[in-house]
Amino acid sequence: MKKVVPKIYLALILLFFYLPIIYVVIFSFNESRSLTAFTGFSLQWYTKMFETRAIMEAIYYTVVIAVIATIVSTIVGTIASIGLSKSNRVIKEIVNQVNNLPMLNPEIVTAIGLMLFFTSLNIEKGFWTLLMAHIAFCIPYVMLSIMPRLRMLDDNLAEAALDLGCTPFQALTKVIIPQIKGGILSGALIAFTMSFDDFVISYFTTGPGINNISTYVYSSVKRINPSVNALSTIIIVVITIVLIITNVVPMLKNRRNKNNEKIA
Amino acid sequence: MRGFKRLVWPYMVWAGIMIVIPMLIIVFYAFTKEGNSVVQVKLTLENFGRFFQDRIFAAVLGKSLVIAIITTLICILIGYPTAYIIAKMKTDSQATMILLVTIPQLINMLVRTYAWRGILLNLDISPDVKVYIGMVYNFLPFMILQIYTSLSKLDHNLIVAAHDLGCDDRQAFMKVTLPLSIPGVIAGITLVFLPAVSSFFIPKLLGGGSFVLVGNLIENYFVTIGDWNFGAAISLVMTIIILISMYLTKKLDYDKEAR
Repeated sequence: MKKVVPKIYLALILLFFYLPIIYVVIFSFNESRSLTAFTGFSLQWYTKMFETRAIMEAIYYTVVIAVIATIVSTIVGTIASIGLSKSNRVIKEIVNQVNNLPMLNPEIVTAIGLMLFFTSLNIEKGFWTLLMAHIAFCIPYVMLSIMPRLRMLDDNLAEAALDLGCTPFQALTKVIIPQIKGGILSGALIAFTMSFDDFVISYFTTGPGINNISTYVYSSVKRINPSVNALSTIIIVVITIVLIITNVVPMLKNRRNKNNEKIA
Repeated sequence: MRGFKRLVWPYMVWAGIMIVIPMLIIVFYAFTKEGNSVVQVKLTLENFGRFFQDRIFAAVLGKSLVIAIITTLICILIGYPTAYIIAKMKTDSQATMILLVTIPQLINMLVRTYAWRGILLNLDISPDVKVYIGMVYNFLPFMILQIYTSLSKLDHNLIVAAHDLGCDDRQAFMKVTLPLSIPGVIAGITLVFLPAVSSFFIPKLLGGGSFVLVGNLIENYFVTIGDWNFGAAISLVMTIIILISMYLTKKLDYDKEAR
């Protein structure tokens, strides 16, 4: 009895978490427009989705923005973090506090700040403002994930590299960066998911005709559009596949290694 | 080596332009009236006066705070047992459970809220309940993960020691486990309360058009009405309220530790 209750509780929580996901997948195959009654199996919303130009464009912009924002914010964030780790206390404190602003402020405040900023400069909102905004809010997260690694770094190693004839650039690429690779990688991953999923900041900084998946979904809720379910299902399937590859494959490898050890 | 510190300078310029200046612009708009040009700037407190004098705005602000506080409490009440049960499992199962809690979060928040809209569409429940479901759904994982992190760091020997010293299970939980997991709860509160106060698409998608929280107010004044000065003033009031509540939450934590 004592062991059953916690299990049921967890099962209910998981049901709550997965209910909308299951729902979306089921209704993406619905024959009718209805979101409440399943009338029969059909793939029409998938074909409609691929035929809807706005959806295809939203997917395109989401991916392009996420990829560019990830690359740029990872490079800038890495360079800035390395510089910051060698700076004095005052500069460290200032940069950390400034970086905290977009992370602690409500997203909507960061978003309208950027929107007012672009408009004040008479920059027309669109692809470039969207990209700039994404880069701006991604960098602090990249730095947050790299800084702890740099703190653990042994300064003497880079000094030794310089003593042994490395140029500062070589010391950077051959000594420092390989040691903080883990932090850079997880920073890039955070940046990508942040950018890919962002709604609030995108909503306020994009211009007419440029939508990402989030702003498209928001603009299409006024009329029921089951193609959104089809789109969501595809996103869910892609994320699940990525998760299986990143989580299950290492697990299987581990198990195989263990078995090999046993045989040996 | 010393020369490396120059690497941060370009970013300092960038952060000044893209993070600090936008915040200053919000403050500037909040304290000025429409039709600003750099040549003639009229400082005014009118925007704030209008916000605090009008009963409707005060009511919206109050409702947003109440909804955010209740959402946070529900997340603690549901999330604590969840985190506790997970933390008591075998290490392998713990990792699997945490992954299962994380996976839905990887799916776009808009997409998930859109799905709830479909589920709740024909259910005969009040808009308030629908908004609560959407908020708890979106923010509960933050609470679970924070509490789980602090529970899993807990040294099991402390509980064994408590039992040795004559505590029963309940006492050991109340006197050892619970106090030591409070930092996780506090971190969870920040992560839930903050997005809950400022959320605007959850009330809009689930509560319907007439369901207005402070985030919707800001959206309306910027997107539909186009009164940016007033919108900026509302954002500033909201930010200050959030900062104060975060400060109070942190203080609660320190006071507990000091005792």
